[in-house]
Amino acid sequence: MAASVAYADVETGTVLPSREFPVDRAALVRYAGASGDFNPIHWNERFAREVGLPDVIAHGMFTMAEAIRVVTDWVGDPGAVVEYGVRFIKPVVVPDDDKGAVIEVSGKVAVKLDDEARTVRVDLTATAAGQKVLGMARAVVRLA
Amino acid sequence: MALDQSYVGRSYPPSRPYEVAREKIREFAEAVGDDNPVYTDPETARALGHPDVPAPPTFVFSITFAAAGDVIRDPELGLDYSRVVHGDQKFAYSRPVRAGDVLTVTSTIESIRSMAGNDILDVRGDVHAADGEHVVTAYTKLVARATEEG
Repeated sequence: MAASVAYADVETGTVLPSREFPVDRAALVRYAGASGDFNPIHWNERFAREVGLPDVIAHGMFTMAEAIRVVTDWVGDPGAVVEYGVRFIKPVVVPDDDKGAVIEVSGKVAVKLDDEARTVRVDLTATAAGQKVLGMARAVVRLA
Repeated sequence: MALDQSYVGRSYPPSRPYEVAREKIREFAEAVGDDNPVYTDPETARALGHPDVPAPPTFVFSITFAAAGDVIRDPELGLDYSRVVHGDQKFAYSRPVRAGDVLTVTSTIESIRSMAGNDILDVRGDVHAADGEHVVTAYTKLVARATEEG
């Protein structure tokens, strides 16, 4: 695989370019179709409220998919991702207005793991409406 | 109700093969708003060393979660799916999923725990290509919330 970032050029604390990912109801409907996850909490406000949610929420896997883009945009090649894990700690609430929600994602190199394999661990932070939505969001990435 | 601990270590038969299509990868990349041409243009993919377009890293969840459905719906396990939320998700890749792959998933129950009335189930999905090559393993933690608050 061909990462565009060289292992030698990064150090612990290297900051990745952060991103903002807008998400509205249309995005959730589209993601439901693409992923096959048609749970109504992701598109039906009445149903979401009936099960105790404040409103429709984004698929956790949608948020997970957005967060790793900070890594794949940084290295260029998604094949550089060796491991990726998250904990879902808060839902991303997506109101039915013209704005929807915004998922803000930042990342930094937490540790250089292996000089020979040229792997680093990137720690990601994802927030929506000022609250962390992912915990333990970490990716192991093989650099050039 | 606590789940039966004797299910820890149980593996389920491999899932029906899933053939990964270029257009499905394109659809998924568009759905997450990712316009990286590596997901849609075979030339770009080959220039990066991929035989065909790779899928975004979380694409495979649709396949592993469908396979985990056999575990979740196993009536003898007794999980109440209406109370299940997704707790954690992790992937460990040997290589990216790519167009043309014919993938099967073997699901295994890794652990069953009960905490504060919640049932916590860890399911591992080992994903292999048609030739037996390991592609990725998905680790999915499902939490069945306690029936009553508090």
